[in-house]
This record gives sequence, structure tokens and C-alpha cells, in this order.
Amino acid sequence: MSLAELADLLDRDFMQRALLAALLTGLAAPAIGTFLVQRRLALLGDGIGHVAVTGVALGLLTGTSPTWTAVVVAILGAVLIEVIREQGHTNGDVALALLFYGGLAGGVLITGLAGEGANSLQVYLFGSVTSISSTEVWYTAGLAVVVLTLTLGLLPQLFAVASDPEFARVMGLQVRFYNLLVAVLAAVSVTVAMRTVGLLLVSALMVVPVATSQQLARSFRTTLLAAMVIGAIAAVGGLVGSAWLSAQATVAPGPSIVLLALAMFAATWPVGVWLRRRRRLAEPFPILAVDSPDPHQVAGHTDDEHPHEHGDDCGHPAVRHGDHVDYVHDGHRHAPHGEHYDEH
Amino acid sequence: MLNAAGTPVVEARDVTVAIGGRPVLRGNDLIVREGEFVALMGANGSGKSTLVRALTGLRPLTQGSVLLFGTPLHDFGDRHRIGFVPQRGTATGGVPASVREVVSSGRLSRRRLLRPAGRADRAAIDDALEVVGLTDKAGDGVSTLSGGQQQRVLIARALAGEPELFFLDEPTAGVDLPNQLALADALRTLSGRGATVVLVAHELGPLEPLVDRAVVMRDGRIAYDGTPLSHEDVHGHHHPVDARHDHVPHVGSPFDTMSHDPREGGR
Ligand SMILES: Nc1ncnc2c1ncn2[C@@H]1O[C@H](COP(=O)(O)OP(=O)(O)OP(=O)(O)O)[C@@H](O)[C@H]1O
Ligand SMILES: [Mg+2]
Ligand SMILES: [Zn+2]
Ligand SMILES: [Zn+2]
Ligand SMILES: [Zn+2]
Ligand SMILES: [Zn+2]
Repeated sequence: MSLAELADLLDRDFMQRALLAALLTGLAAPAIGTFLVQRRLALLGDGIGHVAVTGVALGLLTGTSPTWTAVVVAILGAVLIEVIREQGHTNGDVALALLFYGGLAGGVLITGLAGEGANSLQVYLFGSVTSISSTEVWYTAGLAVVVLTLTLGLLPQLFAVASDPEFARVMGLQVRFYNLLVAVLAAVSVTVAMRTVGLLLVSALMVVPVATSQQLARSFRTTLLAAMVIGAIAAVGGLVGSAWLSAQATVAPGPSIVLLALAMFAATWPVGVWLRRRRRLAEPFPILAVDSPDPHQVAGHTDDEHPHEHGDDCGHPAVRHGDHVDYVHDGHRHAPHGEHYDEH
Repeated sequence: MLNAAGTPVVEARDVTVAIGGRPVLRGNDLIVREGEFVALMGANGSGKSTLVRALTGLRPLTQGSVLLFGTPLHDFGDRHRIGFVPQRGTATGGVPASVREVVSSGRLSRRRLLRPAGRADRAAIDDALEVVGLTDKAGDGVSTLSGGQQQRVLIARALAGEPELFFLDEPTAGVDLPNQLALADALRTLSGRGATVVLVAHELGPLEPLVDRAVVMRDGRIAYDGTPLSHEDVHGHHHPVDARHDHVPHVGSPFDTMSHDPREGGR
């Protein structure tokens, strides 16, 4: 497909709708996903996605909009999962697994009963650009706005509850309410993402952008906001990519969105490793008042190991040490002292 | 200050807690009055943390009642009046969080929903960071700090809410001496402003001069309540009051015969 043809395709109504849906999905899913990752519930989105399959099937069976039946069933499933998790002691994850498989199997079975083939379910499992009607875009937009308003508006509370629920309770926060809210918002995001990424891959859009942004971020808020940006880029980029490829082959948008998100993770990972290493190296050395070794211990090694004068641009990390700077190389810490370096 | 006549801030009566059917706290009465600095001591597993958790509402009572500032715990809404430092640095979550963000969450009991942090909030957070000496680490990820530094983050989080009643569960475990001294200074200031402190500790260290009342737990009961004990009294020989002690699991505790009401005896 040529660029002109692509531009033409992107200009079509259905494509504009799909792009809007993808953008909102890309923003909303990682926002709520950050809280799931914080609570170490990264797979909750996946569980809800499986349960929502039954919801879609019920919509197909009864002839109502699968978006709405999916929202309802996903919310019920999310609340159930949250309750099991709260009560659940040791076998919580087994109970969750039962729910996952029940949701998926139930969905496929009911779709069959509805006299629909696997194809009609396929659209919801892996997403489809062309299937989004304009009313559905408005539903999607409305739901995404609700998710974003609540997660960003209640960010301090949700953060406190997710990071230390006991402390939050002493502070008077309604921990159970906030946990349920996160579960419900996750369910809503799953259904929001259903049309673009599809139910089986939705969890990736909730988790992978967060995994990417936490490589680089040091605070919760930055992680969340950066994950939203990354999610939006992945969703829109993946959609355009799949539209581009659709001339040659049938490419569902879900897989290309997820693969793009994973590629972004793969690209930032080495940067994250490098950043963390650099941060550790740059940590100022503690100033020891009493126990420090003899301050005048001349760095004793030959000039071929040490052919230059340490300085701003010598390439060796310069680390603060009280009132001076130490240069780090090969496990040494050298402080300039007149003509030579002291070993610190 | 030992405050025999002050308003009771904590009133616990007959506090009994069973965990999984096993009694962990048994019929404890404890009254803490405004401005008191109480050290809660006792061996590992004697129930100190459980008592603190019962007093803050984290552990449901099997029997008995707790009043905070004269209000039953269940109806107690003025959460900004209490501060809590849990034992052990809580495991950090799956997402990085900065020191400042964690400390800020201690301010939530004073913030209204959907309102940005105001000037007073930011000032209180800055103060709290200053007190624990983490001002220049405010932007760092909590998980990159040492265990003692993380403990100081939790202390700052409780300070940020500017509470009147503090529950600190072993706040100085793993904290080095200079920072214990800094914490002692902070608690002295708070105490001087009239705050009430309930502190769990094995070693009081620099906090010792602040303590004006010691409560010693033994096997789920308050075994001593009165003027501070020397280290020797608590740990030196097995039990400060009675000599008759066998190391058989307790059926009837040796303290049964002399279990005393702290409101009458002790002080
Ligand atoms: N979540 C729990 N589940 C089961 N038993 C518990 C639980 N928490 C506490 N216990 C039991 O309650 C008793 C008192 O525990 P607690 O944590 O209050 O002791 P502690 O005095 O704070 O000890 P430490 O000095 O080690 O902190 C112990 O026997 C412990 O086994
Ligand atoms: Mg304890
Ligand atoms: Zn050298
Ligand atoms: Zn150099
Ligand atoms: Zn040096
Ligand atoms: Zn020298």
C-alpha cells in the first residue's frame, strides 16, 4: 500500500472512529493497569478479559449490544474476583483460574448456542477496526473518560490504598471501596479495549506500557503518565500499522498493538538497566567522620592504567564525597590531590 | 509528662483478640492520657503489635471496647488525629514510588477528595522529610533506599499528617544512632506540643529519657504498667514480679493470681 493510499484509508470514517477508540483505549488501559501492577495483580485484566467473553456471547445470544453485556458481565466478574481475592487465603489464584476458564469456555459455548460461528467472536477476541460503529465509539469514549477521570482524580487515594492498605485504613480511607473501584474500572477498561485490542490481549495494553515506563521513572505519578503516553502511541501506531498491512493480509489490530508495545519495552529495557546502574554509581559516598581510613593514601598504580587526568569529561563517573569529588574507575575511588590522586 | 488527671486519649477495656481461634490478647485494660509518652515493651510474640493494631482498628476485637478521644473506634472519624508507623518496612509495590509520594500519602487524612494538595500540605510534607533527614532523597525511589532509610520514610509519612496521637511500632529497628537521635528530637518536639505517643520498642536507646510510662506485655496480657523500667528489669531475668515460673505452656498464667487493673495499681 502506498502512503497516499494509507492516508486515504486513514481519512475514512470508520478508520477515524477506530483511531479515536484506539487513542482512548491506549490512554485508559495503562492508567488503571498501573494500579494493578502496583498491587501485583498484573494478570487481573487478563482474568476479566476471559470473563467478558461470556458477556459478549450473551449479547450475541440475546441480540443486545455485546458492548453493554460485556461491561455488565466484566464488572460482575471483576467484583467476584476481588471478593475471592480479599477472602481468599491460599487458594485465591486457583479460584481465579477457575473463573478465567469458566468465562472463556462459557463464552464459546453460548456463542455456539446463539448460532454464531467462531468468526463473530473473533472480532471481540482480537479486535477489529472495521466493526466499530459510531454509537460504539461514543460508548467507548464515554467509558474511557470515566476511567481516566476517576483514576487521575483519585490518584492519591488509590496510590495510598494500593501501596499500603493497612496504613490507608488507619488513615480512614475506605480500602474495600477503593479496591472494588479499581476492579470495576479495570473491567470497564477491558470492555473499552475490547474493540481495538481484543479481550485476549487486553491485559497486555494494561501491563506492558507500565513495565516500559517503570524502566525509566522513579515516581508513581511519572510511571502512570508515561505509561499512558506509551499506551496511546502503541494503540494508535499498532492500528495504523495493521491498516497498512491489511492490504496484503488480514491483520487484526490487537496483535500489532501488543507487538508494538512489546517492542517499546524491549527498546527501553537496556536503557533502564543502564540508568539504574548509573544512578547507583552516582550515589554520593557516605562521609565517615571517625572510622575513615588514612585520608592520605596515594593511589598506587602505574600510569598505563591511568593515562589521563580525571576531570569533567574523562568519562569516569564523578561522585560527590563530602566537600570534594571522587572519580570511580575499575573499583577505585580517586580524589585529586595536587599532583596525584588519593585513594578514598 | 505523666498525666494522671488528663483527658483519656485511648481507653481500652477488656481488649481480647483471637487470631484463628487462638487467643493472642486476653482482657487488657489500658488508658493513655493526653500528653503521655508510653513505651510498650515485651518479648517477641507477646502481643505488642497486636495491641497496637487493635487500638488503631486494624484488628477486630473478640471482646472488649476501644475509645479514641472518647469516641468508640467504630465511629471514630477524625483520622487525622492519629498517626501510625507499622512494624517492618512494608514491601514496596510493583511500581516505583518516590519518597515524597509515600510521605505525601500520610497527609491524605487531612485532604479533601479531588482537591490538589495545598500550601499547608506541602509544608507539612517538607517538614516531615526534614525531620527524618531525607529532604535530598525526596525524589528517589523508595525501593532504592536502605532498610533504615525506608523505616524513616514510614516515620515521615506518619509525621506528615500532624497527628495528636502517635502509634509507633518499633520505629527505630534498623535505624542508625544519628537518626535515632533525630527521631528522638522530633518526638520530643511533638510531645512538647502535647502529642500523645504510644511506642513499641525493644531497645529504647535515645528515646529512653522521653518515656514517662512503661507497659510490659507478656503472653498477651499487660504484665506491668508504671514508671519506666531499666533494661535489666525487662530482659534481665524472666519476669519482674513473680519468681514462680515454669516453662510449661501456660494453662493458667502465673499472672492470673495477681492480674491487676492498671487504673488502680501501677501508678
Ligand atoms: N496474622 C497473624 N496470624 C496468626 N497469628 C498471629 C498473627 N499476627 C500475630 N499473631 C500471633 O499473635 C502473637 C502476638 O504477635 P505480635 O505480632 O502482636 O507480637 P509482638 O509482641 O509484636 O512481637 P515482636 O516483638 O516480634 O514484634 C504471636 O504469637 C503471633 O504468632
Ligand atoms: Mg511486633
Ligand atoms: Zn586509578
Ligand atoms: Zn578519569
Ligand atoms: Zn573522596
Ligand atoms: Zn595525596
